[in-house]
Amino acid sequence: MAIIQADNNNFKAEVLDSAQPVLVDFWAPWCGYCRRLAPVLDRMDAAGTAYKIVKVNVDDAPALAERYGVDTIPALFYFREGRHGDALIAPGSQDAIEEWVAAQR
Amino acid sequence: MEYDVIIVGGGPGGYTAALYAARAGLSALVLEMLGPGGQMATTNNIENYPGFDEPVDGFDLAQKMQNGAHRAGARTAYEEVTGLELAASPKLVHTRKNTYRAKAVILAMGASPRQLGLPEEDALRGRGVTYCATCDGMMYRGKVVAVNGGGNSAAEDALVLAKICEKVYIIHRRDTLRADRAYLAPLEKAGNVEFVWNSRVAGLEYGDKLTGVTLEDVKTGQRRSLPVEGLFIAIGRKPETALVEGQVALTPGGYVDAGEDTRTSLPGVFAVGDIREKPLRQIVTAAADGAVAAKMAQEYVAGMA
Repeated sequence: MAIIQADNNNFKAEVLDSAQPVLVDFWAPWCGYCRRLAPVLDRMDAAGTAYKIVKVNVDDAPALAERYGVDTIPALFYFREGRHGDALIAPGSQDAIEEWVAAQR
Repeated sequence: MEYDVIIVGGGPGGYTAALYAARAGLSALVLEMLGPGGQMATTNNIENYPGFDEPVDGFDLAQKMQNGAHRAGARTAYEEVTGLELAASPKLVHTRKNTYRAKAVILAMGASPRQLGLPEEDALRGRGVTYCATCDGMMYRGKVVAVNGGGNSAAEDALVLAKICEKVYIIHRRDTLRADRAYLAPLEKAGNVEFVWNSRVAGLEYGDKLTGVTLEDVKTGQRRSLPVEGLFIAIGRKPETALVEGQVALTPGGYVDAGEDTRTSLPGVFAVGDIREKPLRQIVTAAADGAVAAKMAQEYVAGMA
């Protein structure tokens, strides 16, 4: 499943109304750590996940970043039926992301 | 799964070790928990690594180093190492998913930003407290922020932030920067950078987010409040030695005690890059360590046969 890019126009459809849980990555092109995380999410996606992965470029969607209180990136949120728990900020490893996701269920 | 050499950490030291080890005919595995490059991967412009006409992007350089090591035959597993048994034979490397065996181990875990050690610091991370101006600076556009520290990292952070933020305080415990003198003129010229000398951050002030810092004058002990929305902590780096404490000798400064030959106190265990005690922590010196460690590991493995 390909990773989806979301902004204000499709966030509701892709994330809030998604039947499947969604891992959302708030990122920006100028953020070095976000670039480091990108291949990790690609690897996770390629390996297959029970949730879909959506990326939000905060430069393109400042209102979304504002709404979810994102002021450090990368910030990951796990959405189920439109609701989310605490964000995971700048995770240190792929294992840390997978353990965090497991704890969100 | 047994390898001649396992390299813990995929920064420039780790991947150079992997390149040289693989070219020497050893089976080499890099265990990397995120992606190649380590601290280098989040540096946009590297201007002091030789061989490039233009500044090189750290993320790209990391990919190239990894590609080069893979081309030579080294492998990477993206797993976080949770435990090392370095005195065992073979040496055991535990990750969250697997246990690997190795004849030799090269420690290349690098370093990470040092924290102030204040109780609320972790809770406020991402809500005003940050360790990376190039990562998070844009989030503080037009705001008043402070940089804590007096070295090159602090000076670089302040210059980045001065272009984005309304005002940048540099809080330093001494009355002069430790940073290279080359930074001073641009900082003074910026016009919105103010030095707060002889002060340390004694507390964090916050509601939902950081609202300010409590400063303590290191001479008088007098405290005052400085309202800021962002605090960029740049007080140095801490070697990632948690996995090896009690197994290999460390220096009083907390680095792995190994000389230019990268040998640690344990046979068959070598240390490269920022984790090792050394006079200069740079990409080029980490890479040099990697080459030396691979040679040492090769000799060690040959001696076992």
